[in-house]
Amino acid sequence: MASKVIIENNAYHDSVTLMSLSSKINNYDGVEQAVVSMATKMNKDLLEDIGLLTDEAEAATENDLIIALIANTDERVEEVMEVIHEELTSKKTKKGKGKEVTAKSVHSALNAMPDANMAIISVPGEYAAREARQALKKGVHVMLFSDNVSIEDEKALKEMGRENDLFVMGPDCGTAIINNGGLCFANKVSEGGIGLVAASGTGLQEVTVQIDRLGYGITQAIGTGGRDLHESIGGMMMLQGLKALENDDKTKVITLISKPPAPSVQDKIVKEVSQCKKPVVVCFLDGDAQAVEAAGATFSATLIDAARKSVALLDPEVKIDTEMNERVTAWVEAEKGKFSDSQQDIRGLFCGGTLTSEALSIIRSTGESVKSNVAKKAEEKVADITESVGHTLLDMGDDEFTKGKPHPMIEPTLRNERIIQEAKDPRTAVLLLDFELGYGSNDDPAGVTLDALKEAKDQAEQAGRHLSIVSYICGTSKDKQDYKQQQKKLQSAGVYVADSNEMATRIATMLVQKEVN
Amino acid sequence: MSTIDEIFNQSLHVINIGTSKFKEDLDLQGIDTVQVDWQPPAGGNVQLIEALDFFQDNDKVEQANQEAIKRIKEAHPFLIDVDQAVNVIPGMHSKKILHSGPPISWENMAGPMQGAIIGALIFEGLANNETEARALIDAGEIEFDPCHEHSAVGPMAGIVSPSMPVHVIENRTHGNKAYCSVNEGFGKVLRFGAFSDEVIDRLKWLRDVFAPALKKALALTEGIDLKSITAQSLHMGDECHNRNKASTSLFYREIGDYFLQTDIDKQSLREVLRFIQNNEQYFLNLSMPACKSALDAGHGVPYSTVITAMSRNGVEFGVRVSGLGEKEWFTAPANFIKGLFFPGYSEEDATRDLGDSAITETMGIGGFAMGGSPAIVQFVGGEVEDAIRYSEQMFDITVSENSNYSLPTLNFSGSAFGIDLRKVIETGILPVINTGMAHKVAGIGQIGAGIVHPPKACFEKGLMRFYEVYGGDGINE
Repeated sequence: MASKVIIENNAYHDSVTLMSLSSKINNYDGVEQAVVSMATKMNKDLLEDIGLLTDEAEAATENDLIIALIANTDERVEEVMEVIHEELTSKKTKKGKGKEVTAKSVHSALNAMPDANMAIISVPGEYAAREARQALKKGVHVMLFSDNVSIEDEKALKEMGRENDLFVMGPDCGTAIINNGGLCFANKVSEGGIGLVAASGTGLQEVTVQIDRLGYGITQAIGTGGRDLHESIGGMMMLQGLKALENDDKTKVITLISKPPAPSVQDKIVKEVSQCKKPVVVCFLDGDAQAVEAAGATFSATLIDAARKSVALLDPEVKIDTEMNERVTAWVEAEKGKFSDSQQDIRGLFCGGTLTSEALSIIRSTGESVKSNVAKKAEEKVADITESVGHTLLDMGDDEFTKGKPHPMIEPTLRNERIIQEAKDPRTAVLLLDFELGYGSNDDPAGVTLDALKEAKDQAEQAGRHLSIVSYICGTSKDKQDYKQQQKKLQSAGVYVADSNEMATRIATMLVQKEVN
Repeated sequence: MSTIDEIFNQSLHVINIGTSKFKEDLDLQGIDTVQVDWQPPAGGNVQLIEALDFFQDNDKVEQANQEAIKRIKEAHPFLIDVDQAVNVIPGMHSKKILHSGPPISWENMAGPMQGAIIGALIFEGLANNETEARALIDAGEIEFDPCHEHSAVGPMAGIVSPSMPVHVIENRTHGNKAYCSVNEGFGKVLRFGAFSDEVIDRLKWLRDVFAPALKKALALTEGIDLKSITAQSLHMGDECHNRNKASTSLFYREIGDYFLQTDIDKQSLREVLRFIQNNEQYFLNLSMPACKSALDAGHGVPYSTVITAMSRNGVEFGVRVSGLGEKEWFTAPANFIKGLFFPGYSEEDATRDLGDSAITETMGIGGFAMGGSPAIVQFVGGEVEDAIRYSEQMFDITVSENSNYSLPTLNFSGSAFGIDLRKVIETGILPVINTGMAHKVAGIGQIGAGIVHPPKACFEKGLMRFYEVYGGDGINE
């Protein structure tokens, strides 16, 4: 084995670029370990773990780039180092040669584009608020993708947005569709009469996708960021979004989506909803139906239900078939017969946080006990995220998994490893998975998971078990990844592809329950 | 500006700050997007960011900067006279020698600067040789000062000694003056630290023959309009720092007839005219003081973060800020120049960045105008595209553009000028300077040319000092 560590001072690169580069390099022949990252405390710990924390690396600061490599021979180390350098610099040359306009700051970007009206910010959290403030000062709406923005900053930014009549979507906001333009992670959906405000990313994706599948469309989908409905923020952005949609002529029905808000915030929102002149659907997962209905709005407990009820309010004539078809029940029966006695558990490995929450809510409602890393209730909290016990649902996009690694929606290595791990557990009966298509996501999410799925099935089989895999693809036929192809790939590996996250979860539950409903 | 009600009826124009992955998908949707190639502001230095945020979008600073660049732009420099330094430069005396860059003591000076000072002392007759010159200096007989602190500028070592002839430039808008020696031409020259007989003889000729002749010619003019020559020569492919072919020709055309109107004998006249004709860089020593006179007019505007001088002494790079003191320099070790070397020389031979000529970049010409000077870019080791990109990039760190100095290749937009301390810190983009390289050993001369940037620390120190002076409660009064 040969290794090498290089530090480049003041060579900042964004983390997504570095992470995708690292994972690419890690797949190269002869490469044992490759770390290309900024020298943050966390990344230095990582280096230490693999025994490459040199004195120079130890002394490096957050603005320095670390390239650390272990490969089978010295020559290989040199070759791969070369490749890394090429990758890191080639982009710059391309930028220089092309007609692409790049700027160094919000101010210089505004020089290049004086009519800018939206800023998408994905820089490290500690700097994000500052960039957002500058954009807001210039009258530009903000979509703050960055996480790790302090709640004080969030509050200040949203107050600033409210005063200046500007959107502050986020922080930690992954999805929005404004004027039919998908920002960050978003699906390509039809235009129509439903406007949405959501404190959840994949929740918003799922509802818009389901509306599209029903043959209807949306006006705007506004993401507020996950903390918007916390006590201290008070749902500022959701209220602002609600008002904006109420004033928007094209929006006929308004749909609000969130995990359960703080009670005082729920009161505030429900009060505004009761005064809204347009029909409103409120989908608060595990929320309070009575309060919502008392305000004259429609309550939904699941995402697909929110889509259906929104469409029904838009078009009272619509016929929606919610019956589970015979093909499904037949498949479930056949699969159930193949399990060994030890196989009792659902293991849900999700990329989408809200899809995880929804699945949790659905499985709980069937009387099963279930654990998850997104659970709010103490008894449902996963004790150790590295090990699943009983029905376990993991949001693998959660910070504790993604520290220093790409989000599984972009790069699924993390989840693929976990798929194999769960398959080896004799208790695992069903793997429950989601795949997100659309802008921002991996170009072939099913394709890059296929090998892991096949291996999982093989592993179980060699141990004398049968593993069922149920999945949901959150995407439309218009998404860039080609929904049909994605579906085919999964089916080719014996994976059941359900029509909604709710359905996938129900099927998974049916598989492990003694009786078929 | 786009309120919530408006945005639903506008097409999206997105600034993407951070990962370019999102831009790819915005492009896919045909959404107009500008990518911000983001770096942590101020290199992530918390104190600097705090200072930066304090002055960002600050009305007093904005107004002060507008005032500073207005003065700089409105300055109108004319060449009105040539005379011995001791006669015209304020504070000059028979034992004083001026040098380029921020203040520096004799023992710390770079080789070429020491060589040039030895040459100047011999030229002045204060010493007969190097040994005597060194003895004189060691005895503390000679006083050194930066040109910049005497309304003067000098290329490379920038040495001005008492009897050396200097161009006298008058900024007729604001009434201040600026001074610069006469360019000696190429080869063995004092500004690169050479002090052989040939060098001294040329200096004497300049003093005894050339300067009196030029003085007579200038006396017949109403002053030579340097602003006009600069503007025209920018359209003719000069950037008026490293390329002065067009400007020197224009000057030659202007002054020629006046020389003929003097009573100078034909032989001297031919020598004098041929000296200008054979020296393509003649105008550099007019371009520099012209810039100096304009930037001095822009200095001393309270609250202004505009840079009014960038200069180097071969050891340190220094900048001055309009809203701070006239003698307040923010310095850091000067960089080495990256570029092309003349045959036989390499990086090891080069001295650090040297000379007051970065005054041209401070004014928004020189490196800032390189995009309009295709002929120069190869000399400094780049491509035309690079040069245009440099010129465009400078808009990111400047207050405005100087419509007096427009660049045809940039669709006649004005050159970027009024370097804003705040923007340099925020973007991490450093001013670009194209410049000659001196050999580190005195007297060998120029060994190449290329691109150099000021060290970032100059600006960081400047901003921290600015915060000290104008931060806290002071600014909100």
